[in-house]
Amino acid sequence: MQKYSVFSLVKNAFTNHENWEVAWKDPEPKKEYDVIIVGGGGHGLATAYYLAKEHGITNVAILEKGWIGGGNVGRNTTILRSNYMFDSNAHFYEFGMKLWETLSQELNYNVMYSPRGIINLAHSDAQMNAYARRGNSMRLNGIDAILLGRDDLKKIIPFADFSETCRFPIHGGLMQPRGGTARHDAVAWGYARQADSMGVDIIQNCEVTGFDVNNGKIEGVQTSRGNIKTKKVGLCVAGSTTLLADMLNMRLPIEAHVLQACVSEPVKPLLHNVVTFGAGHFYCSQSDKGEMVMGGDLDGYNSYAQRGNMPMIQHVLTGGLAVFPNFSRLKMLRTWGGIMDMSMDGSPIIDKTHIEGVYLNCGWCYGGFKATPSSGFVFAHTIAQDQVHELNSDFNLERFHTGKIIDEKGVGPKPWIG
Amino acid sequence: MLEIKCPYCGKRSQNEFSYGGDATIKRPQLGEEISTEDWDNFVYYRDNPRGKHSELWHHVSGCRQWFKVSRDTATHEIFDTCKMNEDFNV
Ligand SMILES: Cc1cc2nc3c(=O)[nH]c(=O)nc-3n(C[C@H](O)[C@H](O)[C@H](O)COP(=O)(O)OP(=O)(O)OC[C@H]3O[C@@H](n4cnc5c(N)ncnc54)[C@H](O)[C@@H]3O)c2cc1C
Ligand SMILES: [Zn+2]
Repeated sequence: MQKYSVFSLVKNAFTNHENWEVAWKDPEPKKEYDVIIVGGGGHGLATAYYLAKEHGITNVAILEKGWIGGGNVGRNTTILRSNYMFDSNAHFYEFGMKLWETLSQELNYNVMYSPRGIINLAHSDAQMNAYARRGNSMRLNGIDAILLGRDDLKKIIPFADFSETCRFPIHGGLMQPRGGTARHDAVAWGYARQADSMGVDIIQNCEVTGFDVNNGKIEGVQTSRGNIKTKKVGLCVAGSTTLLADMLNMRLPIEAHVLQACVSEPVKPLLHNVVTFGAGHFYCSQSDKGEMVMGGDLDGYNSYAQRGNMPMIQHVLTGGLAVFPNFSRLKMLRTWGGIMDMSMDGSPIIDKTHIEGVYLNCGWCYGGFKATPSSGFVFAHTIAQDQVHELNSDFNLERFHTGKIIDEKGVGPKPWIG
Repeated sequence: MLEIKCPYCGKRSQNEFSYGGDATIKRPQLGEEISTEDWDNFVYYRDNPRGKHSELWHHVSGCRQWFKVSRDTATHEIFDTCKMNEDFNV
């Protein structure tokens, strides 16, 4: 594989950049693989990469029904953070933050990790107390957290509405300085290129339409490009999880919902952090191109449509204008949506299943982008060793029977409210 | 924007309603022995189909009645709506 560097850039400039190697190949599916990963999103690509790199398993195919990066990995608002209070979440996402910090070097691909800090705004003394508690538990888990007062925030986001008479006056906020953003496409492409270089077949336009299961054991998958044999299958299909689980007669604690986001026209640098205004169902960061990247709540009813509806966009932007009134004259460039695999407690499921050789990776809700490296890492371990990693041992399916659910947000099994 | 026909008030814009989820789940009978599995299924497990979905809606900014909607989760087409004690016609 050609290494990307300033020297290769200069060298290729002499030939008008016409001789770069392809970043990944376009192979025909083989008859058989040791492991098949269904879904070429961030999690599928990362899983294949760590299977090859950490476990030496390279006879692997990623089957993607569209093109890699066309799903949620290319549709999210790229927020990275590990500001969780529950231990299982805190340890898992903090492990991920450490991987993000060195990912560009590891993949020899600039994923543009930008630790610009994420700030959650607070609007009452009670919420400040809750944030102090969250911040303390984060710090006890070795995660960075700073409690900001109203005056601190006036310096950081001077253009926000700091009036004392508004519906949600800004009292302060909780900041994770190492939180931030990354370039989502680059994450998919970087993992794809490295996985391909180690022998993984990335097979696009290949939809999985069925499974061959015999005596409780997986033997192969049926696809739009023929049947392929395998001993192990990892499902990384995010919003399509139930559709594939149905083919395996597996019922899951998952609902599909659409989440939208939108970007404004580009403007000069203004917002230097990620800011969430939870009370107004709004969050925002400014992209490197200058666009305001904005999002909020789910549309609020079960959906498999990769597009949303106008009322939620209006709702989110109404909240946005309450906190940042100077956004009122920004023009909107585009809106889009992605299907979320909403789990019933808001936490992911990374586990073995009742079928030997079938492994499940789902339930990412609206927060799975930040988990791309850590999810790939522990899922590769789970598949290779046929055993969960300690970091995903709590993200099991059993918890919906034992009652040990990980309900960080505390909304109960009503995903459309979360 | 969805247009939802409340069985009591007629067609209204989506803004007047709030959602109540899967209408097919049934709470296990009170006063009878409930297995853990039945209870877990009731609380956490859903069919989650791509296509026709029976769901509950609440006309919260209107007559405040709960009712049932049969809707396509991929196209958002609404096939029918009916009162809680009724069945869909289509
Ligand atoms: C608007 C929006 C904003 C978000 N913001 C954030 C954020 O700020 N931070 C954050 O951490 N997360 C965020 N998320 C969530 C995050 O994007 C997802 O949780 C994560 O990307 C899911 O994992 P993935 O990348 O593997 O999914 P995907 O990229 O969706 O990959 C799944 C793939 O499976 C393929 N597939 C499906 N069915 C089949 C089949 N039968 N055969 C073959 N292939 C199949 C799909 O085509 C798709 O490419 C956001 C999501 C959205 C939509
Ligand atoms: Zn009504």
